[in-house]
Formats: sequence, structure tokens, C-alpha cells
Amino acid sequence: MRTYGFYILLMLTLFGCAKSNDDFLNRAPSNILLDEQVWKDEVLVLSVIANLYDRYPDYQTIENWSEFATFDEAFASEFGQYGRHKNQQYGYGAWGFWDYGYIRELNLFIEKCSKANLLKPETRDRFLAEARFLRANVYFELVKRMGGVPLVLEPLTYDYKGDPSALQRPRQKESEIYDFVIKEMDAVMPALPDDANIKSRATKGLVLATKARAALYAASIAKYGATTPQVSLPGGEVGIPASMADGYYKTALAATQQLINSGKYALYNKKPDNLSENFAALFYDKGGNPEVIFVKDFKLQSGKVQEWTLANQPRSLAEEQQGGRLNPSLNLVQSFEKLDNTFAPYATNAAGGDYIYYDKPEDMFAGRDARLAGTVILPGTEFKSKKVDIWAGYILKDGSIVTANNFGGQAVVGGNRIQVVGFDGPIDNLEFSAQTGFYVRKYQDPAVGSGRIGTKSEVWWVRYRYAEVLLNAAEAAFELGDKSTAAGYLNQVRARAGLTVPLTPAEITFDRIVHERKVELAFEGHQLWDMKRWRLAHVIWDGLSTDLTTHPENARSTSTRVFGLLPYRIYNPGSPQDGKWVFKKVLPSNVTSAHQFRLGNYYSFIGDDIRNNNPLVIKNPNQ
Amino acid sequence: MRNSLFIIIIVLLAASCKKDNYAAPGTSFKGRIICQGEAVNVSQGEVFFELWESGWGKRTPVNVAIAQDGSFSSLLFDGNYQLVLPKGQGPYLTLPDAASHTDTMLLQLKGDRTMDIAVLPYYMIRNAKASANGRQVTTNCKLDKIITDTRAKNVERITLYVNRTQFVDGINNIATQSINGGDIQDPGNITLQVNVPAVNPAQSSVFVRVGVKIEGVEDMIFSPVIEQKL
Repeated sequence: MRTYGFYILLMLTLFGCAKSNDDFLNRAPSNILLDEQVWKDEVLVLSVIANLYDRYPDYQTIENWSEFATFDEAFASEFGQYGRHKNQQYGYGAWGFWDYGYIRELNLFIEKCSKANLLKPETRDRFLAEARFLRANVYFELVKRMGGVPLVLEPLTYDYKGDPSALQRPRQKESEIYDFVIKEMDAVMPALPDDANIKSRATKGLVLATKARAALYAASIAKYGATTPQVSLPGGEVGIPASMADGYYKTALAATQQLINSGKYALYNKKPDNLSENFAALFYDKGGNPEVIFVKDFKLQSGKVQEWTLANQPRSLAEEQQGGRLNPSLNLVQSFEKLDNTFAPYATNAAGGDYIYYDKPEDMFAGRDARLAGTVILPGTEFKSKKVDIWAGYILKDGSIVTANNFGGQAVVGGNRIQVVGFDGPIDNLEFSAQTGFYVRKYQDPAVGSGRIGTKSEVWWVRYRYAEVLLNAAEAAFELGDKSTAAGYLNQVRARAGLTVPLTPAEITFDRIVHERKVELAFEGHQLWDMKRWRLAHVIWDGLSTDLTTHPENARSTSTRVFGLLPYRIYNPGSPQDGKWVFKKVLPSNVTSAHQFRLGNYYSFIGDDIRNNNPLVIKNPNQ
Repeated sequence: MRNSLFIIIIVLLAASCKKDNYAAPGTSFKGRIICQGEAVNVSQGEVFFELWESGWGKRTPVNVAIAQDGSFSSLLFDGNYQLVLPKGQGPYLTLPDAASHTDTMLLQLKGDRTMDIAVLPYYMIRNAKASANGRQVTTNCKLDKIITDTRAKNVERITLYVNRTQFVDGINNIATQSINGGDIQDPGNITLQVNVPAVNPAQSSVFVRVGVKIEGVEDMIFSPVIEQKL
């Protein structure tokens, strides 16, 4: 009896399940949106493309401060990062990139968007153009890092029949990928808005800037690749024939001039009274900034904030018990020229060997390019309207040094216990102290709270700006033999930096172009790509422990280790030098190795897994 | 009761360990990179060659690094390998394999094997001798041009390296002295001198060798390391 009852109950249950209604197993999901729901609503499509924008690849950015210490721009003043200065060689896989998952999603977006009839045509065309821009940009990133790569322009789907060979594509020529990027920029331009106030989405200005940058990279690889014939592959997957250089330079110059002549953008010059402050503000001023073309934006209290200021704020003024991580190197700091357009390393000692005495530490850096103080927090200068405290100790009458090993440490000098080292250091081997004597200023946010863990910063990361466009124009014009045009563009950028004596066309050289990009674009993620395309990387990072160069103006000067410049106070009561400042050039003790960029580093290693899955992909040279 | 349970667990654990482990590779493959019977000295670990073994799902090479005296050694499984000297690796040109006429050499491993690999370096440094006067070290050597046909390359510089340990090259050194390729008067008799800085703790001898950097070639060719009493 009981068993019957059980079976009846069971049958009723099953019956009830199966019967209830037809769409029981066909219910619309409540946790994801389906294609037909997305592609009729502009707002939803915008959030799809926002995700794709967010995955725009960057190598060195303000969200990843330590990568800036990989080469010679800065020292990494944090325990876990000292290894960056102890390694000799860069791995062949370093800064590699192979994100075909992202490309597939862009291709899917493009496929679906072009069929989305429910959107307004102009809205749909704009989304489509943005996705095509992003896709071309990924290929640009891939070709910069890996050379020619397989060009996949439609979403590939595996049929699970055991033979994936239909999906395998060989690598294109390096030049073909650059051609693709340039062509795509032309194709998407008409559908994009021509509005300089749009900073975080694709615009006509951005497309022109990208086209110019890509063409310039291709041109310089064609021209300077001739100096390193070993860095090439017989099929052209790596290396561009020298004969193509002029064509690319012309494309680059034309694109930059189209952008410049449109008059939509201008150099940032809101604070002409203080050019250093002006240069620093160019990066953090988000209100009507005429120079910025394309950014990755951040917003306070939205979850999308960045930690650059938290990581790098001067330790003495820090809003947390940290900061001071990135210390610009003397190598970079001495590259900023004097206001008369000449170069000089910093004078620490007179001809006789005695120190040179300065009344104030900042006097050492007076009369230099205004971008120096806009890029670097120098000893004796201010951040957030407070003075930083960077000094390494006292030098006594007999030449001995009195210092301490904690921030603002004290010791007995002349019978009194006084502070003998700055609250920012420099203290060798003490993390967060300014171990090179400098802190980074570019991108630091002067807003209150920017250095707090609970607040952080909403300063944006600038990927394209007008000054770079001018420098690209100058370089392209110079390489095409038009030195007066090159001088015109270069002098605009230099005048903004306080270098009011214009360079004459005869003074424009390759070294000048290299140098101008180095100082204007420091800490903006350009250095590696520039050194690669000029084939200078293996020259300046040659692995030899050479001393700091005395010729910062020379593009081929080696710079394999990061040096520092430490200020000391003189303690010698009764003498005229008492209380004055002297400087010592130092090599931080954690810098134990010289960087070596090998020929195999020019194009990153394509992993064995990738080449196993697709045997048509061949290896990069010299690895 | 508790103890015996414990023993059973131990026995089970030990038994499971044994079962699914592979034997470690035990066949040694060693030799030197040579030219005319003489080892080609390079930078420690900078140059390598690849061993490929087919028949596995994925193709990944075993990279064998070459030590600074030109020797290599590797522990492998028995099997049939293909040995490839990658293009652009090492300060030498590779000789096509006699059997396959390609850059690939077939290598059969069945028990330990010692084999020298012949290559064609651009130069060789011969008869390197060192002497010391106080802390000044002097070396003398002869630079022998091996490749003289159209593939020949010029010398960029020749450099004397001194280090406190036996690893001496462009990266590991405490003192160097160079002559540029164009300034070499007599390649048969090259003399280089350098003052060795004081080292702490003091040592009674230093390690010295001479390297040649060839134009357009990344890796250098060295003389054998000499331990020089000071």
C-alpha cells in the first residue's frame, strides 16, 4: 500500500514537471543579455564597446609603475622590484603579446554590428568604426612587439571534426600589417566624430594620430632596419625593405599635417607663467585640455581609479605609509638640456677636485628645460604646495659623511643631535626613499586624497597627445630631407618647454629628434618602441658596465645602468661653505648589472604552444 | 590499533609514490663546440643549441646551453633526436650536416655519448698568454681569421676581461681594456694591458681572458680562461 502511494506521488510529480508549460526549459536567462536584446539598444552596445575599449593593450602605463624601471628611465625603489636592476638580459619573451581572443571578440562585434538593423544607421556606423579602429590598433600593437602576425578579420569557428588546419593562417609580412593599420584608419575616419572634446573614444583626430604613428614606425623600421640585417626573416615577417621608407614617411607626414592643419588641437598652455607647472598640468588637467587626443579615463568613487600617485608620492608628504617607488634616473635627468640649447652633465666637482658649492639644492637644476621640473620632483622643489625633503646627509670639514638609515634620521653633529637625512631619503637600499635623489612628477595627481588607499586618483592615462603628433611630423619631415619644416614643428614643442631660442634647420639632426622624444615623452611608454624602430636598443643597452655618459645629446650613448645624484649639506661652522649644498653622483647599490638588449629581443618570442598549435607560424630571428 | 592504522597509511603512501613515477633521464650527452679540433670559447650560457625529438604531441625543443669553455652536457632519455644550431646563435657559421645536407643533424642516443660539434667561427684567438707586474695584467695573443671568403666579417674590437671568479666575459668582469678593430697593427701579436682594481676580500689571483667582438655578430669568441697570480 505504501509503495503504491509512493509511485503515485512520483508519477504525479514527474507529470507535473513535464506538463506545466512548454517553455519550462526555454526560459530567457536573467543573468546575461542575448544578442537580440543587445543589438537593438544603443546603451547596451555602448557598454559592449566600453569593454572592448578597456582591453586596449598597453605595455608601460601608470597602472603598472614598475615597468618604467625596466630600462634606464628610472630606478625602482621597492624591495620586490630591485631585481629589475640585477638582471642582465631581457628574456626573449619579454613584452610579448598574442591576444587573439580579443581579436575574435572584436571580429564578432563587427560581424554583429554590421547586421544590427535596429540601431540608427549613424550610431551603428560609429560603433562599427570604433571596433575597426580597436582591431587595427591591436594589430599595430602585435606588429610592434612580434613583427608580422596572422591577419584574422572574421570570427573563426572550429567545427570539431578533428582538423583545425582551416583555421591556421601564416604570418603576414611586417609591412602588410602596417599597411593594414594605415588602410583601416582611412576607412573608418568618415564615420567618426570630428570633436576634440571626446577624449576616451575614437575620433578623427585619434585616427589620424594613429595612422601617422604607424606609418612612422614602419618607415623607421624600413630605414634603420638596414643597419641590422640580422633582424629580419627571409619571408618579410620581420623587416621592411629600405625602399619602402620614403613612402611611409610621406604617409606619416601627410597624416600629421592633416591633423595639425585641422586646428582642432593645440599644445597645452594654460599656465604660461610657470612652464614646469604647465607641463605637469598637461597630464592631470581633465577640463578642456586642448592637447590630449586619446586617453584611458578614470573616475573617483566608480571603482575605476589608478594608483600612480599612491605608489609614487614623495614619502615625506605621503598620505599613506608608502610612495616614492619610481625614482627617475640621473641618466634621464641629465638629458634635459640648458636653455641655450646646449647639453651638459651636472657639475658636481670643480677642475681641482673640490666640490662645487650651491646655495640651494634647486640651484643645481636652474636654467634647464622646463620639462625637467615638470617630469621630475627635484630636491628643493614642491609637490602639493609642500617642499620635499631630499638630502642624503651632512659632509663634515674632514670630508666624512654623517647620515642615518631611516627617514629623517638623527645623529650627533657638532655636539647636537639633529636631523641628518631627508624625510624622503635618499637612503641607499631603503624602499620608498628617493634612491637616485629624484621622484617622478609626471602624472602625479595634486588632488587631496590621491595618495590614499581609500581614494586614489582619477588622472587619465594619455595615449595620444598633440605634442607627439608634432614630433612625429618633425621626424617624418626631417627624414624626407625637409629640415626647415622639421625645425618648425620641433620648435613649437620646445618653445612650450621654455627653450625660446629656436633651432635652425641646420641644427636639426637625427640625434636632436631622438633626444626631443626622450625628454618630451619620458614615462609615457614610448621609449622601448622608439629604440626598437630606430634599431638603437642593442646599441644603448649593450650589456657593458660603462660609466654614465657625458654626452646625453648623442643618440648612441650607452645607458645600461641607472645612476643617481645625491645632494649633501656642508657642516663646517665658521667657513663660508657652511650650510651650502654639494652633489655626488652615485650608483645605487641595488644596481648590480648592466642591461643587455639582444638582437633576439627586437621581436618577442612567439611561444612554443602557439607554434605547436599553428605550425605555419615561424619563429622570430636570433632566438 | 591506532599504530597499525598509522603503519597502513604509511605503507599505502609509500606504495603510491613508487608506482606512477617515471625514471629520470639518465643518458648523458656531452661534448664541445669545436673548430679544427680546438674548442670555441664563448660567454657562459649565452649560446645554445636545440634538440628536437619527434613523436610527441607537442614539439618543443630541449635547449642545451654551451658553457664558457665551449663544452656542453645534458642528461636525456635514449631516443632519436634532431640537433639544430639555430641561425643567429653563436659567433660562428654552422656547417651543413654531412648526412642530411641541412642544418639538422640526426642524433641517436643509446647510452652515454660524447660528441664534438664542428662549427665555423669567424675568428679564433690562439696562444693567449698572461703575465702580471704588480696589479697590472698583460696578455698577448694571436687573432686567426678563419672565414676569409665573402662571408668574412671585420673585427669590431678585441677586449681583455678580468674577473675575480672563473666566469669572465662582457658581463662578468671587474676590469676591461679594448682595442678597436681598425687599430690592430699585427693580428699575429696583440698585446693588451689593464690595471686590476683592488678587490675585497683580497685574492692572490684573478681570472683573465681575451674576447673578440665581430661586426654584426652579437656573441663574442674568447680565449680559454687563464688564472693569473698577482
